[in-house]
This record gives sequence, C-alpha cells and structure tokens, in this order.
Amino acid sequence: MGFPLLARSLIRERNWSLLVDALVFAAILAGIYAVLATVRYWMGVVTPAAHILRSPAALPAYAFYSLMRMAAAYLLSLVFAVAYGYIAAYNRRVEMVMIAVLDILQSIPVLSFLPGVMLAMVALFPTRQLGVELGSIVLIFTGQVWNMAFSFYSSLKSIPRELREAALINRFSATQRFVELELPFGTIGLVWNSIVSVAGGWFFLMACEMFELGHHDFRLPGLGSYLQTAASTGDTAGIVWGLGAMIAVIVLLDQLVWRPAIAWSEKFKMEQVESASEVTSPILHLLRNSEVSRWVEKRAVEPLWERLTTSPPRETPPIARTRSRGRIAGAVLLLALAVAVPYLLVKAVLLLKGLHSVELLATLQAAGASFGRVAASLVIASLWAIPAGVAIGSNPRLAKVAQPLAQIAASVPATALFPVVLLGLVRLGGGLGVGSIILMLLGTQWYILFNVIAGAMAIPTELREAASVFHFTRWQRWRTLILPGIFPYLVTGLVTASGGAWNASIVAEYFHFQGKIMTTLGLGAQISSATDSGNSELLLLSTVVMATLVVCVNRAVWRPLYRLAESRFRLES
Amino acid sequence: MTPAAEPIIEARAIEKFYGLPHARIQVLAATDLTVYAGEILALLGPSGSGKSTMLRMLSGLAAPSSGQVLWHGQPVVGPCPNVSIVFQSFALFPWLTVLDNVEAPLKARGIAATERMKRALRILDSVGLDGFELAYPKELSGGMKQRVGFARALVVEPEVLFMDEPFSALDVLTAENLRSELLELWDGKKMPTRAVFIVTHNIEEAVTLADRVVVLGKNPGHVRTDFRIAMPRPRDHQDPRFVETVDYIYRVLTQPDLAPAPHPEPEAAAVAAGPARGKYPMMPHARPGGIAGLLELLADREGRDDIYHLADDLAFEIDDLLPIVEAASLLGYINVKEGDAELTPEGKRFAEAGILRRKELFRVAAERVPLIRQINRSLANKADHSMPADFFHDLLDEHFSEEETERQLETAVTWGRYAELFDRDSSGRFFIPEEAAQPAGDEAGNR
Repeated sequence: MGFPLLARSLIRERNWSLLVDALVFAAILAGIYAVLATVRYWMGVVTPAAHILRSPAALPAYAFYSLMRMAAAYLLSLVFAVAYGYIAAYNRRVEMVMIAVLDILQSIPVLSFLPGVMLAMVALFPTRQLGVELGSIVLIFTGQVWNMAFSFYSSLKSIPRELREAALINRFSATQRFVELELPFGTIGLVWNSIVSVAGGWFFLMACEMFELGHHDFRLPGLGSYLQTAASTGDTAGIVWGLGAMIAVIVLLDQLVWRPAIAWSEKFKMEQVESASEVTSPILHLLRNSEVSRWVEKRAVEPLWERLTTSPPRETPPIARTRSRGRIAGAVLLLALAVAVPYLLVKAVLLLKGLHSVELLATLQAAGASFGRVAASLVIASLWAIPAGVAIGSNPRLAKVAQPLAQIAASVPATALFPVVLLGLVRLGGGLGVGSIILMLLGTQWYILFNVIAGAMAIPTELREAASVFHFTRWQRWRTLILPGIFPYLVTGLVTASGGAWNASIVAEYFHFQGKIMTTLGLGAQISSATDSGNSELLLLSTVVMATLVVCVNRAVWRPLYRLAESRFRLES
Repeated sequence: MTPAAEPIIEARAIEKFYGLPHARIQVLAATDLTVYAGEILALLGPSGSGKSTMLRMLSGLAAPSSGQVLWHGQPVVGPCPNVSIVFQSFALFPWLTVLDNVEAPLKARGIAATERMKRALRILDSVGLDGFELAYPKELSGGMKQRVGFARALVVEPEVLFMDEPFSALDVLTAENLRSELLELWDGKKMPTRAVFIVTHNIEEAVTLADRVVVLGKNPGHVRTDFRIAMPRPRDHQDPRFVETVDYIYRVLTQPDLAPAPHPEPEAAAVAAGPARGKYPMMPHARPGGIAGLLELLADREGRDDIYHLADDLAFEIDDLLPIVEAASLLGYINVKEGDAELTPEGKRFAEAGILRRKELFRVAAERVPLIRQINRSLANKADHSMPADFFHDLLDEHFSEEETERQLETAVTWGRYAELFDRDSSGRFFIPEEAAQPAGDEAGNR
C-alpha cells in the first residue's frame, strides 16, 4: 500500500517482466475500448426488444454485454453496501430499522422488483438504451446487494475495541479511520460475499435480461437472452454453445478476478501469527511484479492514499467535534422513512383490496406447494450431501481431488442448466411439478455439500481417534461424533440453501420452453406469471406472502437452530 | 520529586456507573486522582476494580458518568490532546507494515510524508526495530509487536504515556527485557514524555517501575492506598525495602475489608475512606478444584504460609491466586491475616478427606455463601425443584452488570455441581438433580 522506497518485490527476480507488461498494457487498452463501446451502445437509440442472433459467432459480443452489466451492477452493489452498512453501524437511532429492512429485502425475490425498477428506469431515460440497461442492472443489483451490506455492517460492529481506541486516541480523521481501519477490517467479508453475490447474479441473468412486462417485450443482447432464446425455441446446439460460453466466462472470472482478490485479501486477516496455508494466485503475483502496475501504484494509488489518510497540518489537535453530520443524516433518513412508509403502505393496501378471495386462496395454496417443494429439495439434498460431504471431509486425499471438482460444478449457474434438464424431463414425460424440485436441487445442494465438507474437516483428529480406540459402532460414531460435529456447519448450509431454493422457485416453476410456457402450481410460478402479465396486485400479494413466509421460517426454525449450534455444538480446540 | 510538582491530568470526583439512575451499577465510586509531571504512576487492583475504566477516563477515551477530567486545568472533551496508549493486545493494524503503523498517528496530525518517515524511522531505531520497517505485524514475535506498539505510542512525543497491562501478553523474559528498556529510555531522558501511567496486575512490576503506586479496591472501585516509592532505579529485587514494599501491597490486596495501614514511607499518602461495599457480596471466580489444591498445599506446609510465597512458588499472578484465596476464606477453610493464609479446622478436614467426603464437606460449607444458599432454597421450595435462569438473573441484575451477573451464576453453578446441590440444563434452567433433592432438603433443615 505505501512503501515506495523499499518495495519488497524489487528483490525478486523478474525475467517475465516484458511479457507481463505487454499483457497488462493490452488489458488496460482493451478495458478503455470496452468502456467506450459500452457508452456508445448505452447512449444509442432505445431498442427494448433486441433481435437475438442465434449464431455462436454472436456469443463473444453477448458475453461482453452481460459482463459489463454484471460489472456495473456489482460496483453499484459495492458502493451501496458500504454506505448502507456504515450508516447502520454508526447511527443508533436508525440501526434497528435499517437492519430489519435488510432482513426483509433479502427475502424478496428479484422478479418482484422488476416492474417497478424497469418502469422507473425507462421513464428516466425514455429515448436512450441506457434506461432499459439501467433497469436490467438495477435488477441484478437487487439480487446481490443485501448480503454484502449485511456483511460490511457486521464487520464494522465487530472491530476489536482496542483497535478502535488506537484510532481514537491518535485522532484519526473519519477518512483515515475508514481507509486504514474500517474498510480493511471489512474486506475479507466483502470479498467472500461478493463471490456469493456475483454467483447469484449469474443465476438470475436469464431472468434479468429477457422478460415480458404487461404487453411489452424486453430483450437485451446478452448471454442470458441467448440462452433463453435457444431454450424457448428448443435449439439444443444453441443451448450447448451458450452454456459453454457462460462457463468459460465464469471460469475466467474466477481465475482473473476472484482468486487474485482472495489472495490479496489474505493480508487483511486479523490473525496474529502467519498461517501455513495461504491462498496463492499466480495472476496476482504477476500483476505485482509488472512495471505498469507498479507505475500505476506509484503515480495513482499512493498519492490518493496519501491524500485520503493524511489530515491537514495542525499545531494542536482540535478538541473532538460532536458527530452532528452523522446525526443529521440519520434524522433525514428517519424522516424520509416516516413519510414514505405510511404512504406506500396505504397505496399497497388499496392495491390489494382489488383482489378477490379466490385469488387469495389460490395464493395460499401456491405458497403451500412451493413450501413443500423447498422442504423436499432440502431433504433430498441433505440425504446425499451429508454422507458425501462427510466422506470427502474425513479423507484428506479424497478432499484434495473432489473439492475443486465440486467447486467448478457449483460455479455453473443452475438456471443455465435448466433447459438441458427440461429436455430430459420432457423426453421422460415428467411435468414441472416434480421437475422444479430437481431444478431447485441444482442450485442449492452445493451449499449443503460445501458446509458439510468444512464441518467434517473441522472435527479434531483426537476425537476421531477416540472413536476408533473405543470401537464405536457406525451408528454410535455418527450419533456421538459426526452429526454433532458438523451440526453448526450443516445449519449454515441449510439456511443458505433454503434461501436459494425460495429464490430458485421463481425460475424453476415457470419456464418458457420450446415455444410454450411450462408451469406448475407454486408461489414462484405465480410471481413470474404476474410479472409477465403485468398483474401488479397479484405480484404484490404473492411477494408479501413469500417474504412473510421466508422471514417467519427464519425466525421460527433457523434462528433457534443457529443458537443451539452456537451454544451446544461448538467445537473449541 | 517535590510534592509541588506540576499536575498534568487531574480527575475530580470522577465516577462511572451503568444503567438507570435508580438502579445503577457502580463501577467506580467518586475518585480524585492526579497525574503529575515527572512520575511513573502504577495503578494496581484486583480484577473488577475499574483499573481499565480509570485509564480510559483519564486519557479521555471514555467520558466519566459524573465528575471532571482536567488537562492542564482545562476540561477534557474527547481524547486528551497529547497522550498515547500502549495496549495489552498491541492493537496494531495487521494490514499495515510496521512503518505504516508507526506513521499512522503522524498522518492524523497532518505531518508531511518525508518528515513523517524520518521521525518514524528514528523511533523504530530507538526501540530496536531497525530493519523491520516493511514487515507486517503477524510476522513478528509478541515482544517485537509490543516494540511496535511502543514506537507508535512514542512517535507523537506524548506528554503522558498510558500503558494498559503492556507486558501481560508477553513471556516472562521478554517482559523483563522490555521493562528495563523502557526504564532506560525514561531515566536516560531519551523520550520527551513527562509522565507515564501504567495499569498492571503484577505487583513486582509496579514496584520495579513506579515512583508512585495507587491500589484500587472493588465493589465499587475506589482508591485504597496511594504512596510513593523513593528507591532509586534500577531496583534490586532482593533489597529488603523492595521486598517490604511488595509485601505491603500484598497485604493490602489480600485484606479487602480493612482500611490499609499507611505505607512506611508515605509522602503523598492519601488513603481514601473505607470501601462502600455493595449489598450483595460478590462470589470470587474460583473452581472447587483450585480451592482444593490450595488447601492441600497449605496442609503440606503445616497449615500456614505467606500468600506472596504461595503465588511465587506456583508461578501464579496475583489476579489468578486472589480469587482462590478469597473463595477458601469465604467457605471458612482458611483465615487470612497479614498476608498469611492459615488453615481452619474445617479446611484441614477438607484437605485430608477423600473425594466423596469432600463433596459432603463442601456442601455444608457452601451454605455460607449467600448466592448458593439463595439458589438452593428457591429450588428446594418449589415442587418440581427447578427454576428458570431469568429468576436468578433478575435477582442479581440490581447488583452487577449483565456480564458479571452471568459470571456469578456460572461460578455458582460450578460450585453447586461440585457439591451436588443443583445444576443447570442446556436451556439455562436451574434444577436439583433427582438423587440430590432429598439430602439437600435435609441439610437445609439441619442447619
């Protein structure tokens, strides 16, 4: 960050340098061109329903458009998450409200935001492509921002007291405190949550790029639209091409962005001693060693850093100011909420009054059906993932082979696989009623598997040895050692999986396929069809029902289980 | 040191309490304390006496609930203008290099980059960290980390240097080494700092370093004794005056109820009024196993020994040993006199008994402890012999902080379990185990 004189990388040999520099330089040029191209396209005349080419030759351009959309949405999420978490953590008066809001927003499926977001953005820029694009971007944003905001908030809340005091006694300015204490402390949480969020973005890409809204058809050029077009026309070759392109992009992103990011974030660990196994990234290593990036660091990063962290010179430090600015911001926010919430509430109730009791009953039935499906998918996923996860986690050699494979399998967005699965289902003559459970499984089983693997790996060797020494039977071993040992991890996995399953219900219960709509009874299907047909009353009702259901299940089931896991089944070594 | 030395920080009737005005938990009773120029002041006291709270209020990190802190006669709002703190946990920023860590406070003061680096390198050199500028804290040993902590505190040339148990996270040799280097900087006038305020629980450390020692008592925190040590430094640990001073502090710490006799060389001795004890006596946090160990050890030494010797032989810090001594005395197993612990007949019987007999004896003795007695009675009087934890929480809430209430109950459960009087299930409910229900009732009746 700031060692111009004695940068340690100087000592390392650098026989790569020229090639690396050329690559970095090329990457920068390409980046500039990409931004220019995007701007030109966004500022162009609006074409809400682009004609989606079916040739694989169009894929690079589509992948590029999708990537730009994802990047914009992600940056927006990052800024919003940091700001939201910061305000919530430092304003006691609004803290509780803001966190409750986060909790609820997290449980609202992406599609429910669609009509509002889309209409607002198109109204904002009616003549430019930008409006439609922004709509899609904000949509992706609503799917990935909440957990990031929550992560940054809880990081801020858990900064050790003495570090805070060290900043306070030395009178760090607010910006110095932010860049030298708060942001670094939150980085690890942000990086991991970013990965989860962006994966979620890929999951909903198809829904966010191509949809109907009332009588309007929206189709944005991109990978998601390509895949969906291929699926709805039953073009198997197209599906395979699209899927291949998406996997290629995801794998590239993982290698070029996320792995370097994880390796870089290692330095923000709070540990006091150096750990033996650090994540390494050859890309990060190359970047650090290149002339160009060093030049950027020296000319741009360091001066900026210096500007941010250094206070203006002063003789005697001033007596501490009261935080009036933060207080004003909090008060304004609270006031805005106090006006907006009742107004919107009245509007919502008026809207819901137009519904018939038949629709209400149908919604409750649909909720029951989706609930059953979510539960079923969790049970099925647990049935195979727990034994498999324990087997992998208990055997280091197997783990070494199986874990990376499972990670690649998990990084493929399940939605992209839907068409393939549906093809199989149609051939077998199955309907979407059962089929949607399989689709949910595709998206959620990994959460359980990964957590169980981590849990099994965390069981201390001594306990395993004790079980062998005392000749535990298989059943005894599972009951007294393995299940209690993995319990906290399993709960985490199940919570994430159930959230994912609810979200997946939207895309799994309602699908445009081979020129017709495949659908089944369910809350997700109801939300999707309400969006398609522009029935905002029904959309609102089903969204409220789903959010209520998710929040209630969290409170009634997952939170007590979490507490039990934390108090009784924590393995302290 | 002349008594007319210039005061830098003055605390006037500062108090700390939590909670509502009518049911508040007093952490620190109204206290006056002044930090004078030219002195190293050591603050000692058992855990829970508000040492850390005192440091935070004097440095301006925390505001007192009532009373005032003055910096050169001016009331303080927020951190004092020119002080630094060395923390027990080092509190270094793990993502900054050693150099960046030391430069951070200078940046906050708006010092230009070149000047900043010059000053940081100079101070790193003086604490022996030459060559480690670009290392990250996690690459350093504990002692080296604390050197960075010192460098970061000293680089701003603080007028008062606060230290919060700076050596207690280090091993004995490293701590000794750092202490003597600190004294070298101080006595050699190699740092512009005008006063040092150190919180510690290590009595010898206090006597090694300090010009003036203040001992706090607890429930709520208050000053028990405040005296000067006139011996020249470096001080010889075998010197009779050194040993005598250490002994004196031990005596004060082990007799929490007595107003201490003034120290033989009291210059500024301002002994505060007797302790204002809370209504509810606090249970010392000791385990039955630890108490048994202490009694066995005393039995081996003809039933009597100096507590200072015991701590020394066990390589225990005073903070670890005192709760055990206190617990044994509360149970009537020992008498504490003049820094000596003496076994009572009950204590002797306990030390010589086998496991099962010990539990019986402990059961009888534990009835002397108000909290144990109260829990036991409440449970025995209920038909199903059980009670939710909240009931006892509410009972203690008025007297202790939330955290301390939980600790009190935890200790009570440990004792209750050992005595087989009562237990607590995973939901936190207190209950009398089936087989114990009968005898517990009998015993309560017999007494």
